[in-house]
Amino acid sequence: MDAIKDFFNFFADPRVFFLLTLTGFILMIWRRDVFTTPRVGYGLQVFLVLFFGLGLFDENFRLIVAKPDNVPIVGLVFLLLFFTWYSMRQAVLNDRRLDRGEPVEEKVEEDRVWVWPDLVYTELICLVLCSVVLIVWSIVLKAPLEQPANAAATPNPSKAPWYFLGLQEMLVYFDPWLAGVVLPTLIIVGLMAIPYIDTNPKGSGYYTFKERKAEISIFIFGFVVLWASLIVLGTFLRGPNWNFFGPFEYWDIHKLEALTNVNLSEYIWLQGVGVGLPSNWFVREFFGIVLLLLYIVALPVILARGVLKTYYEKLGPPRYCVGIFLFLMMLSLPMKMLARWLFNLKYIVAIPEFFFNI
Amino acid sequence: MTETKTVIPREGPLERSWNWLTETQIWKSIFRHNAPITDRNRVLVVLSNVFLHLHPVRLRKSGVRLRYTWCMGGLSFFLFLSLTFTGVLLMFYYRPTLEYAYTDIVGLREHVPLGIMREMHRWGAHAMVITVWLHMFRVFMTGSYKPPREFNWNVGVIMLVLTLLLSFTGYLLPWDQLAIWAITVGSNMARATPFLGSEGPGASLLALGDVKLIHAAADARFALLGGTFVGEGALLRFYVLHCVGLPLIIAVLMAVHFWRVRKDGGISGPV
Repeated sequence: MDAIKDFFNFFADPRVFFLLTLTGFILMIWRRDVFTTPRVGYGLQVFLVLFFGLGLFDENFRLIVAKPDNVPIVGLVFLLLFFTWYSMRQAVLNDRRLDRGEPVEEKVEEDRVWVWPDLVYTELICLVLCSVVLIVWSIVLKAPLEQPANAAATPNPSKAPWYFLGLQEMLVYFDPWLAGVVLPTLIIVGLMAIPYIDTNPKGSGYYTFKERKAEISIFIFGFVVLWASLIVLGTFLRGPNWNFFGPFEYWDIHKLEALTNVNLSEYIWLQGVGVGLPSNWFVREFFGIVLLLLYIVALPVILARGVLKTYYEKLGPPRYCVGIFLFLMMLSLPMKMLARWLFNLKYIVAIPEFFFNI
Repeated sequence: MTETKTVIPREGPLERSWNWLTETQIWKSIFRHNAPITDRNRVLVVLSNVFLHLHPVRLRKSGVRLRYTWCMGGLSFFLFLSLTFTGVLLMFYYRPTLEYAYTDIVGLREHVPLGIMREMHRWGAHAMVITVWLHMFRVFMTGSYKPPREFNWNVGVIMLVLTLLLSFTGYLLPWDQLAIWAITVGSNMARATPFLGSEGPGASLLALGDVKLIHAAADARFALLGGTFVGEGALLRFYVLHCVGLPLIIAVLMAVHFWRVRKDGGISGPV
């Protein structure tokens, strides 16, 4: 039993957890024919039911997962997995129809039906079911109420509401001005920009994967792999002092994790060149700034001439520039995570003089 | 020759009272047409009812299918309505002051036997966040944001943000440890806003000589909290935003959203 728990605790390590979700994502896209079979879909749900059901026998697991405010996230895990599987399944089925030269399913069902009764009754049934779920949920689970607010007693860990825990998790890798302000703004702007960047006329109004490979892969990566899985990670696996804890691990407040994070400038000037840090911030951070400019300015140009040439030509300069900028910003999170895990890198550019750390 | 006999079906008391009821002036003043069992009346029921006329009269078969829509948009709307209802009830019993906020919530729990209004409000809010996300996911996966629906996707994104803000502002109101620390963690971010936060990059540039324009008592976080910490000012601000400000905005945007669904050609489908 303990061996199984240790096994799952091992996977809860942020590095392993993230690599696992990433692998799952790649496998899902690559072997989507297998992923979308009912057997895999049911299998995943059964696995989750078993995992959560049996896990609840463990005291530490129960403390976290059965916390009233965390219950919606358990629901989210099931729902998101199901709907990812379900939408990909319909996409794959439609793709097969397209391959055979048949119209997609939504095209076949093009004839009109009456709103009354067809739609009105569907809505009524959904509404009744939703009410039942909500009422039962409300009867079974009391809303949490802790001790009265006390500004002098900081709980450890202090967590934001669950839907913002992805952002709070980003705080580990970025400073608040990026993780809390700039990147969330870019998420909103990026979502709003989607219809204006995506000029692909195909795949409008029906499920398909093969006609929109890049769009769907990027969206699922951002929504499921980054946003949702970081919420799960931040909720269930982050304990006191924002340390990592396996799902079956006791939240020991004295758990120590060595923090030996080093800035890029320190790597270069102290370890590379072997002199002290220059006092002028520009000289000190010169390499970091160059690296940053390479990433934001030079890389899009290189990509436009190389790998993404077809995209550049299809989209045109303005769309390409906005799109690639947003895409690189999204990728900056997993890249910074990797840099932290592999090199203990803290900041690429660190100018605390202006609160400007990246 | 066989004699043909006309058999008049005998009306039971139920049918007779139903027939009587539907012939009364009161009934006829409310419902302008007969039961929607003929095509004509199916048109009329949608056109003459202010709530039903959010819908078209007829729509594509795939648009009715749960496997296409997942009903997530509809459920988000329904959850919003149920949150408005339970929220108004909660407002009768809740005073947003440091003195009463927490005890009013305790009172709700202790003095209302079998009361589930707060539970329905809280779980409904969590559920709405999830349904809104899944609605966005469905709209993306069916490519329904593509022309001519770009603008409506944008309205949707704004409503998604408003949904999160509604949930966030409501999180503070119970005024317990969970609430104030979650809001403290969340609102500390505003301190780091570039230029407008006291600890954000570039804030030190906004100064007239030695006078700092942006400092802890005059920055984005202060505007959000009405103070330098999560206190009385923050509670009132969040209460007003939660109960009045944000619901009003999101209600207007919902009207725009539904209107545009119709104007952009109804539920999406292959061309």
